[in-house]
Amino acid sequence: MNLSFCIVLLAAWGAIGIAGLARARSIEFVGRLLFPLGALVGFALALCALTSFALPPEQLVLPIGLPDLPFHLRLDALSSVFLMLLGVTSTGVSLFAAGYFRKGEGTPPGLLCLQYHLFLAGMGLVLLADDAYSFMVGWETMAISSYFLVVSQHRLPEIRRAGFLYFVMAHVGALCILLSFGVLQGGDWQLTFDSMRGTKLTPFTASLAFFLALIGFGAKAGLVPLHVWLPEAHPAAPSPVSALMSGVMLKTAVYGVLRVTFDLIGDPAWWWGLIALALGLFSAFYGVIFAAVQTDMKRLLAWSSIENIGVIFTGFGLTVIFQGLGMGALAALALIATLYHCLNHAVMKSLLFLGTGAVLHATGQRNLGRLGGLIHRMPWVAWLTLVGVLAIAGLPPLNGFVSEWLLLQSFLFTDEVPRPFVNMLLPVGAAVVALCAALAGYVMVKFFGVIFLGQPREAALADAHDASLLERIGLGWLAFACIALGLLPVQVIGLLDATSFELLGATLGQRATEWWLLAPTPTGAASYGPFAFLVVAALIITATLYAVSRLYHRRVRRGPAWDCGFARLDSRMQDTAEGFGQPIRHIFAGFFAVERELPVPDDLAPRYRVTVSDRIWRGAYEPLGGLVSRVADLFAVLQRGRIAAYLLFSFVTLLVLLALVL
Amino acid sequence: MSTFGLLAQVLEIIAAVLAAPLLLGWVNQCRAWLQNRSAPSLLQPWRGIRKLFHKDAVLAENASALFRTAPYVVFGTMVLAAAIIPSMAMHLPLSIAADSIALVGLLATARVFLALAAMDVGTAFGTLGARREMMIGFLAEPALLMVIFVAAMISHTTSLAGIAESLTGQDLALYPSAAFTAVAFLLVLLAENARIPVDNPATHLELTMIHEAMLLEYSARHLALMEWAAALKLFNYACIGFALFVPWGLAAEGAGPAGLLISIPALGLKLLLAGAGLALIETVSAKLRVFRASEFLATAFLLAVLGLLVHLLLGA
Repeated sequence: MNLSFCIVLLAAWGAIGIAGLARARSIEFVGRLLFPLGALVGFALALCALTSFALPPEQLVLPIGLPDLPFHLRLDALSSVFLMLLGVTSTGVSLFAAGYFRKGEGTPPGLLCLQYHLFLAGMGLVLLADDAYSFMVGWETMAISSYFLVVSQHRLPEIRRAGFLYFVMAHVGALCILLSFGVLQGGDWQLTFDSMRGTKLTPFTASLAFFLALIGFGAKAGLVPLHVWLPEAHPAAPSPVSALMSGVMLKTAVYGVLRVTFDLIGDPAWWWGLIALALGLFSAFYGVIFAAVQTDMKRLLAWSSIENIGVIFTGFGLTVIFQGLGMGALAALALIATLYHCLNHAVMKSLLFLGTGAVLHATGQRNLGRLGGLIHRMPWVAWLTLVGVLAIAGLPPLNGFVSEWLLLQSFLFTDEVPRPFVNMLLPVGAAVVALCAALAGYVMVKFFGVIFLGQPREAALADAHDASLLERIGLGWLAFACIALGLLPVQVIGLLDATSFELLGATLGQRATEWWLLAPTPTGAASYGPFAFLVVAALIITATLYAVSRLYHRRVRRGPAWDCGFARLDSRMQDTAEGFGQPIRHIFAGFFAVERELPVPDDLAPRYRVTVSDRIWRGAYEPLGGLVSRVADLFAVLQRGRIAAYLLFSFVTLLVLLALVL
Repeated sequence: MSTFGLLAQVLEIIAAVLAAPLLLGWVNQCRAWLQNRSAPSLLQPWRGIRKLFHKDAVLAENASALFRTAPYVVFGTMVLAAAIIPSMAMHLPLSIAADSIALVGLLATARVFLALAAMDVGTAFGTLGARREMMIGFLAEPALLMVIFVAAMISHTTSLAGIAESLTGQDLALYPSAAFTAVAFLLVLLAENARIPVDNPATHLELTMIHEAMLLEYSARHLALMEWAAALKLFNYACIGFALFVPWGLAAEGAGPAGLLISIPALGLKLLLAGAGLALIETVSAKLRVFRASEFLATAFLLAVLGLLVHLLLGA
């Protein structure tokens, strides 16, 4: 029942997209009618997914597609988590997008509407697919529609370049996924997931399938060293699209990894987890230090997504280790931390990307060095973004902290891991997670402080306007989701337990009796009650406020900033984005490839430039790209442009084939 | 939740709020004695706070609402932290609401608000202070977490009260790992509370200042709350240290009012000793350059990790 309803909703997205073509140039029609309708569909999908956690898995065969390859679809607890994520996030993003797309920006709105809703439906299909064929159809729909969305401002060469890079990486990944399915089917070419679950794999083929899947989905998720497309594609796309790509699309890759590892392969070897864990920790660290030195606000968020994907894969790696060693309860804890972080990151990163979209629209600037002081001009955007900033910085009582807390807990009680060497390594992993979480706070203070606080760095910022009503509703919805996920962890974990039971056969269970107290480990060992936290903090703050104003006075005068008595303060004296990143560049100098242009003393027009680039791009991708184009040049020898030569080639090929056959 | 528990909880909060400026006064007094100056009164921080509350608040022209709310948020989180940390009695009603990891998160919340408020006016000193504070923060926070992890692994709980309970519950045993983590904790305490050698609480108008640079634009009641919160932070860190390393004297669960009769003097004694020790450290060491602070805290982090490895290797 729920599955059919989901299919209807995905079809509705498709229909809304096609309806956009009817009046492709009308902003009113597309923005005021179709996008809000899409948001409604997203909301319905979230509700539908929410109710299907407790139900047994449902299957359905849809006779569409190629004659002998119908679509097998399945809705189970794992799909439900990610469908809920898709529904909740897309509700907020579609509402925002309704007010966001304007006239005269690249692709006409009707076409954007089609691409946008196909993108959503494609992601939905990926989550529901129950055979490799429909999975790949969904996967490619998602990849291609998002490619067109990324290059919607295709007149700019750097955007075309970013789109191309994204396209290449997406297809390298898709190829690996396809190969992984090829290994998983085990020789009988039954491509349904049901038959893959039944296939017995040797340890070698199972490992091969796992690592192909890890590379394929890792490329989509942005796991270092396959992350290079992310900092290019996210800034290039319009902000609602960046929000969806970062918030939801990266999570479909996480979904794919979980589906292949725990469902299709079924019994993972523990050492796979160690590799996933190492990659995850490295991505988290690498992502966050690069986020700290960025000067473009959307690029900063893209790097921060790499960090969060790293955290998610860290949790995934832990789950595999624990599951492979037969420690069900800890595996459940790690898996729930992973899924929780997926949900959290989806809502908070979308919120931040939409915030940057509003800023971009109001100011036309993505460069942090030209922003500042927007909290006065755009209070709605600023305060709602602040919720996302505090959440992603991992501060209680918001949602980012809950998953960080769960993840650290699953690192902590690992005394009984039967491999002493793993036992020693895991706590060091906890140290890296703690470092990344603290660095995320640094990055977010920079992000919010430089954009919204301080003095405006450009005169033009004085004309910045706040977001429109629909945009505020979209932002507000996501901020609300951040708060709700932060305050109600017990209820959310109650849902995620079904997924954990389905994949691992173990649940976390709620061991405390109170509805507000999260206690996932044996009673007393660890507990966290965000609600009590918030209520008591609010009580203390209100009491302080009341006491101060009653006992003393509330007089306030305004005056010029003091700044140690320095009278001629101007906006250029604030820290720049480069300046704020400087300690990180200094402390972790070895990771960055820095180019500096310093002025000489007798320079009349001194310039100071710093470019920080990614060593992995320089060291691995550029040589690889060069190699590919050299090989292509070799083949270009064949390209003579004369029909006689081509006929000769065909003739020779035929002869060779005939010789082989006969 | 017993009535006594609730009363003890309120008592603990009030005691922390009142005693925190006194601890600061005591440190200043000790330092003055060690440096052969005539010491200010123990009540001097209190007098300063009282004076500030009476003054008119002056806000910079472009200060936003965030700037005005931050002192209340920072003060509120510090008071909440004081309520969670078992300074007098274990297992007070609020202690289950947050374990030690949540406590670290709470302290981070205060830090982020402080840094954001410092960036709000957009002065050179404010943003510089914010940047440095966040730098110290991201280095100190993982070190503090590692210290807590070692204690959590020894006692199989992350609840601070649980850690203290398991340490008091057994015979006096010296953990080699605790020696490493205690030093690491001390380094974190110095850095997080803006003490010498990382920052100097006694100076203004110096390019090396961190904490004071963030407070430059604050005045009157807002400044009073910020300074009070800083005093509370020192008090809280001291109490975290007591709970992790010297929890003796804490009133056990169900000890009733008699437990408090022992725990309050014990807390007072520990604070006196710790304050004197802090003054001694500050007198004998010189301030580091800001960029040496990262090495200072990396040492703390490595010591904590060493403590962890020692714990895992020796099982102690």
